Amino acid sequence: MTDSLGTLVIDTEACKGCELCIDACPPRVLRMTTDQVNERGYRYPRLLPGCIACKACTAICPDFVFQVYRYEQPQTHEAGA
Amino acid sequence: MTPPEPEHRTRLPVFVDTDAPPDAPARLLHDFTPALIDVGAHHLCPGCGEPIAMRSMVEQVDELGEVSRAIAVFGIGCYTAYSNNLDIEVLQALHGRAPSLATGVKRCRPDTLVFTVQGDGDMVNEGLQEVLHTAARGENVTCFMLNNGVFGETGGHMTAATVLGQRTKNTLEGRDAARHGHPIRLAELVAALDGAAYVARGAVNNAVNITRTNRMIKDAFRTQREGLGFSFVEILTMCPTGWFVDTVDAPGYLDSALAATHRPGVLKDARKGLEFRTPAPKGSTT
Repeated sequence: MTDSLGTLVIDTEACKGCELCIDACPPRVLRMTTDQVNERGYRYPRLLPGCIACKACTAICPDFVFQVYRYEQPQTHEAGA
Repeated sequence: MTPPEPEHRTRLPVFVDTDAPPDAPARLLHDFTPALIDVGAHHLCPGCGEPIAMRSMVEQVDELGEVSRAIAVFGIGCYTAYSNNLDIEVLQALHGRAPSLATGVKRCRPDTLVFTVQGDGDMVNEGLQEVLHTAARGENVTCFMLNNGVFGETGGHMTAATVLGQRTKNTLEGRDAARHGHPIRLAELVAALDGAAYVARGAVNNAVNITRTNRMIKDAFRTQREGLGFSFVEILTMCPTGWFVDTVDAPGYLDSALAATHRPGVLKDARKGLEFRTPAPKGSTT
């Protein structure tokens, strides 16, 4: 089980698959899709539990695909691999 | 009897639902696009650093409460068409001539916040004298240079700011000093002029550098607001297409190649009494 301090809404159709958010994320909870693409054919990021709502992903994103929320109380999610 | 599945097969990633806002009580910290960017979608390549830099600029305009007084003057480059996405006044200059147009605007309307947005090709190649004379005259305007070391819009060829060893469309073996000359470090040139009050160089290749660059942009605007003279911020941006590197490797390439020649930092700040001195050569102990 992993606590999340925040979460994201990801506009996957706006993503161009540059992967800048993957390395920018301090808790490293973003993963690119491997077999799913958006309408334009780009892979896009998905979120694992453990987001800290630090806004690093949205700071680096050239395509403004992230909405960042901070939970009022940390939420417990089932941990990913 | 079947052996148990290895743990890495049984524990598949469990992703969080990111299609809609959370059900649990939560506060929105950041919406998709900043307030002054009307349309997030743009034509720029994946991994481009220019939208990140322009977002920093308009965010600082917003934070300083100067939205109704801000007038941007755009040069020619990939970023030019991005002016359509911005919710601020934008004038379009001829190639390299934005500092002179900004001078005219500021002299006619001294109450406005005037800034130029130019690339390294536009500012260092096409209009080097425009920015140098504007700085030397101490015009009370701010100039921003998005430096990626290539003429991105017209095909990705070398600019005067391309660093040694950098591959571009017409320096496929890397820029060579004997054949192509040495890069111009514009921030150092501008900082050496007496009319320049604030000169800094930032980068947008990671969250820390973006935060530093935001502060530089805000300080440049404050310098203009206080009427201290010319302010200049050079922003190193990624251009994976022009550099022939993967988008994910571009921030690292910026650090190892561009930032080694064009070194980030505040070079001059009249508000804080920071005078310009020539940076020590790389590797020196002084």
